[in-house]
Amino acid sequence: MKSTLRTMTLSLGIIAIAVAALLAAVNLLTRRPIADAARQAATAAVADVLPPFDNDPLASPVDVGGCTLYRATLDGNPAGTAVRVVTPDGFSGPIAIMVGFDTAGRLTGYTILEHTETPGLGAKAPQWFCDTTGNRSVIGTDRPLALTKDGGTVDGITAATITSRAFIGAINRARQAINQSTDR
Amino acid sequence: MLTYLAIIVTAIFVNNIVFAQFLGICPFIGVSKRIDSALGMGAAVTFVMAVATTVTTLLQDLILDPLGLGYIQTILFILVIAILVQMLEIIIRKISPSLYAALGVFLPLITTNCAVLGVAIIVTQRHYTLLASLTYAIATAIGFTMALLIFAGIRTRLDLVDIPRPMRGVPIALITAGLIAMAFMGFSGITIG
Amino acid sequence: MKPLSIIVNGLIRQNPTFVLILGMCPTLGTTSSAITGLSMGLATLFVLICSNAAISALAPLVPDKVRIPAYIIVIASFVTALQMIMQAYTPALYATLGIFIPLIVVNCILLGRAEAFASRNGVIASICDAIGIGLGFTLALALIGTLRELLGAGTVFGFTVYPDTYGSLLFILAPGAFIVLGFLIAIFNRITRKA
Repeated sequence: MKSTLRTMTLSLGIIAIAVAALLAAVNLLTRRPIADAARQAATAAVADVLPPFDNDPLASPVDVGGCTLYRATLDGNPAGTAVRVVTPDGFSGPIAIMVGFDTAGRLTGYTILEHTETPGLGAKAPQWFCDTTGNRSVIGTDRPLALTKDGGTVDGITAATITSRAFIGAINRARQAINQSTDR
Repeated sequence: MLTYLAIIVTAIFVNNIVFAQFLGICPFIGVSKRIDSALGMGAAVTFVMAVATTVTTLLQDLILDPLGLGYIQTILFILVIAILVQMLEIIIRKISPSLYAALGVFLPLITTNCAVLGVAIIVTQRHYTLLASLTYAIATAIGFTMALLIFAGIRTRLDLVDIPRPMRGVPIALITAGLIAMAFMGFSGITIG
Repeated sequence: MKPLSIIVNGLIRQNPTFVLILGMCPTLGTTSSAITGLSMGLATLFVLICSNAAISALAPLVPDKVRIPAYIIVIASFVTALQMIMQAYTPALYATLGIFIPLIVVNCILLGRAEAFASRNGVIASICDAIGIGLGFTLALALIGTLRELLGAGTVFGFTVYPDTYGSLLFILAPGAFIVLGFLIAIFNRITRKA
C-alpha cells in the first residue's frame, strides 16, 4: 500500500487498537489464574515446610524484622510458624526462602522460593540442606547455625560457600524473627 | 556510594552482560570483527542504553506501577526503545554529522539488541532507583563494549590462523567466547560492601 | 512451494540456529537443561506462528514506511499475551525462563521471518514457515540443552544416565553454552556443506 500520512496513521492506529483489545482481553482472562497461581505456590510452600495444620496461615501474615511470619494452627492450638525470608547475600542475586519451625523452635523444613544461583553448585541448596549425608541437614535443629568452615556444625555445599553462608544466615534470621515476635 | 560501586563492578565484570547473562550476543558476534567498529557499536549502545533505561524507569515508576498496567511492560518498552533509537538517529544526524558518520550504521541495529530491552526490564525487576538504574545501564554498556573490544582483538588474530574449514567463522568465534567466559568466571563471587 | 517442503526447509536447510545463526541469546541463555531449552523453543514457536499468521494477513494493508513498527507492535502484543498465559498456567516455567520470555520480542528470528517470508506470502504458507522455523529452533535448543545437561549433570530430561560426580559442571555454566553451540554449528557445517 502507498505510504501517505493518512494510510500510515490509519493502519498503525487500527493495529494499536486491535492489540490493546487483545491484551485487555487476555489480561481479563488471566488475572484470576495468575493471582491463584501465586497464592497456590505460597500455600504449597507453607504446607511443605510445616507439620500438619488446618487454618489458612496466609490469611494473617505478620512482618517482623524484614521477614514475613505465617502462623499455623491445628484445632485452634499453635502448630508452628513458617517464615519467608529474603537474603541479598546469594552468589548471583537474592535468595528467597520459606522456613518452617514447630512450636518448640525446631526447624521442620525449608523450601527455596526464588534463587539465581549457579546451576550444579549453589542451585543444589534445595536438596543439600535436607540431605542426611554427613552433617548437611539443618532439619530438626533448634539453635542458630554456622557452617563447619566457620566453626559451626553444618557442612556447606561443596564449592558454593557463599550460597551456603547466605542460606544459613537467612535461616538464622528467620529464627531470630520468631524469637522477636514471641518476646513481644 | 558503596552500592553504586557494587553495581558497577558487578555489571562490568562479575555478571558481564555477554559472558554471564547471554544478552546482546547477535551484535557481539556480528560487529566484533574490527576494533573500530566494535568501539562505534559500544558507544552507540552506551548512549541508547542510558537514555532508554532512564525513560523506561520513569515510565514504570510514574505510569505503569500507579495504574497497575505492569502487564503491558514488554510492548511499551520495545516501542519506547524503537522510537528513541529513531529519534536519536535524526537528532545526531542534524547536530553532529561526524558523530552520525561514526555511529549511524549501528543505530538501527540497536532496536533489536536484546541487551537494551533486557537492561530496561532487569532494573524494574530489581526495583532500582532512577540513579541506580542509570548507573547499572551505563556500567552494563561498558561491560558490553569491553566484551566487544576483547573479542575484536582476538578475531583479528583468528583471521590469520589456519582453522579447519567447518570451524571457520561463527563456530570458532563461539568457542573463543566460551574460553573468555571461563576467564570471566574468575571474577564471580566478588562482593563489595 | 508445498506446505511440507516449506516446513522441511525451515527445519534443516534454513535452520535458524545452525544455519541462519539467529536468536543466539535464548539459544545460549536457556539451554542449561533439556527441558528449559525445549520450553523456550516451544514458547518462541507459539509467538512465531501467531505473528507470522497475523502479519501475512495484515501485510497488504500496511503502508511500506510503517511496516517495521507495525510488525514490532504485533510481535510484542503476542509476546505480552504469552507472558500472561505462562504466568497463569505455568508459573514455575515462567520463573525459570525469566527475562528470556519478554526478550522474545527482540529475537531476530521473529522480525526476520515477518520481513523475509510472512509479508510476501499467504497466511497458510506463513504458518507453515513459522512451524518449520519454529520447530527447527525448538529442536536446536532441545539438542543443545540435552547435550549440556548430559555432559554437565549426567542426566537427560531429569533422568540419570550416569552419576553426576562424573559430569563436567563447565557445560552447565556459561562457557559450556558457547562451546557446545560452537561445536554443534561446526558439525552442522561439516554435514550440510560437505566442507
